[in-house]
Amino acid sequence: MFGIRLKLRHLGLLATSVIALLQAPAHAQLTIEITGAGANRIPVAIADFGGDASSSRVVTSVVRGDLERSGLFRMVDTGGVTMTEASSPAYADWKNRGADAVAAGSIGGSDDGRQEARFRLYDVNKQIALGGSAFVTSKPMLRAAGHRIADLIYEKLTGEPGIFSTRVAYVVRASATRYELHISDADGQNAQVALISKEPIISPSWSPDGTRLAYVSFENKKPVVYVHSLASGKRIVIANFKGSNSAPAWSPDGRKLAVVLSKDGGSQIFLVNADGSGAQRLTTDSAINTEPTFSPDGQFIYFTSDRGGSPQIYRMAVSGGDAQRVSFEGSYNVTPRISPDGKSMAFISRRDGSFRLSVMDLDSRQVQVLTDSHKDESPTFSPNGRMVLIATEMGGRGVLSAVSLDGRIKQRLSITAGDVREPAWGPLSR
Amino acid sequence: MKQFVFPAALVLMVAACSSTPKSGDETGGAPVESRGGGAGVTTVTTGGVDSRGLPAVLTDPKSILSKRSVYFDYDNYEVKAEYKELVTAHAKFLTENRQFKMLIQGNTDERGSREYNLALGQKRADAIKKMLSLLGVRDDQLESVSLGKEKPKNDGHNEAAWAENRRGDMLYNGEF
Repeated sequence: MFGIRLKLRHLGLLATSVIALLQAPAHAQLTIEITGAGANRIPVAIADFGGDASSSRVVTSVVRGDLERSGLFRMVDTGGVTMTEASSPAYADWKNRGADAVAAGSIGGSDDGRQEARFRLYDVNKQIALGGSAFVTSKPMLRAAGHRIADLIYEKLTGEPGIFSTRVAYVVRASATRYELHISDADGQNAQVALISKEPIISPSWSPDGTRLAYVSFENKKPVVYVHSLASGKRIVIANFKGSNSAPAWSPDGRKLAVVLSKDGGSQIFLVNADGSGAQRLTTDSAINTEPTFSPDGQFIYFTSDRGGSPQIYRMAVSGGDAQRVSFEGSYNVTPRISPDGKSMAFISRRDGSFRLSVMDLDSRQVQVLTDSHKDESPTFSPNGRMVLIATEMGGRGVLSAVSLDGRIKQRLSITAGDVREPAWGPLSR
Repeated sequence: MKQFVFPAALVLMVAACSSTPKSGDETGGAPVESRGGGAGVTTVTTGGVDSRGLPAVLTDPKSILSKRSVYFDYDNYEVKAEYKELVTAHAKFLTENRQFKMLIQGNTDERGSREYNLALGQKRADAIKKMLSLLGVRDDQLESVSLGKEKPKNDGHNEAAWAENRRGDMLYNGEF
């Protein structure tokens, strides 16, 4: 309803071209290529759903694609059987096909043009229903219903929340004078353009409620930090002090952001309120202090500093004060990001001249290098903590790559028109 | 799903007037539309920055003041001796023309993290600013900022390109 109202309001001015902005053009859609999968994938069968056949096809293909791409599931051939949530599964047949779980469902229509997607998930070995749900949807929202169903199946079978309904922000450099901030579904589909600029955009950071993005824009020939409300397009400047303003990171309660300001000389970490007021300086060391990020409990800020002579990762209390060094191996460790459970830190480490995604177990301080690429940047955790999305380079072009924390599962997300960079994985949808 | 090419005319129509935003101000307004249903995203197109004419002494290729770039060594943030004459000439112009302001943009090569490079570029810009200040330029005439590795002058991936990108640029009002 909201969208329709806005459309009508601008119809006079923009005529039909208003629709042009709704979706990124086809050449700007992300495509996903799987380059690795988990060792023990759960065999799952997603039967063809009953009800409207074309709607059913959309939903089941989304569910199968999501589960398959996660690297944790193996799709079992269903033999083309249609099965609704009301039918009782032939457990012996599914067991013979090798499925541990089977999902069935239907898409029903109603007179007002809306649709309902219903499904149920069964444990083939225990011969019990594991759960089910129904979503009111509509033709344009069938993919979203598929993602919701895939999330529930994922959660029932792995015990962790699914991330198929989440969104990802990233920057596309279409040319030297065209930068676009995109928001897409986690599968790369349904990309929408939030911002178009002639100058670079970097460091997008999602508000914890998923409604806003903070980022650095160079549209005024210097770095300025904005907070952008995605639905309305309303932007506020939250840091435009004399000098450079950069590296925004939201506090977990969404009330403050850590930013880096050079207004006092050098690059120093400050806390500001979400409206940009009340800047409070946290670091006092004269060295570089940048790339702040909050621990999930909101108690600590991890950041990069060259106070010891080379860029390393440090940690301080949110109130500032003394910092403890966290990274020790090597001479270049930057861009810390803490996993949602607070146990791991993803960061970029230079090894033999290459910049590689690494992960540290924060208790044992054990470090594992997860990639063999050369130009990894900007790690961002999936909100269930299982994957890390990074920007990297492939064949001279910027692509995104998702890597599981154990390094086994790898997916590459690329775009035919230009470089993709600066990923930020949004929060779980509520 | 229908796909459309973004119409250039629309960009011009919705481009916001340029101005330097102040903290807390709402800027770049002109949200232009939304999509139907679900979590919508409205596209915003940023405004640009207009250039104005500069006095010939700043642009004449024969004038030292037309030169604006100071190059730095790898992992180094000090203005080298060979650029002292250039920086001194700009300091003289700025002290004699107090109505002029300068934006100093620091740049780095492409290697490493974007935000860390932004901080490194700031060190280069700050070094030029410090020299201009010591030569009598008032603080309110100067702003040092960083573009990090975001705006390479040379897009190459070798030492020659990197050397060109380890740089500070001095811009006058109208050029930024």
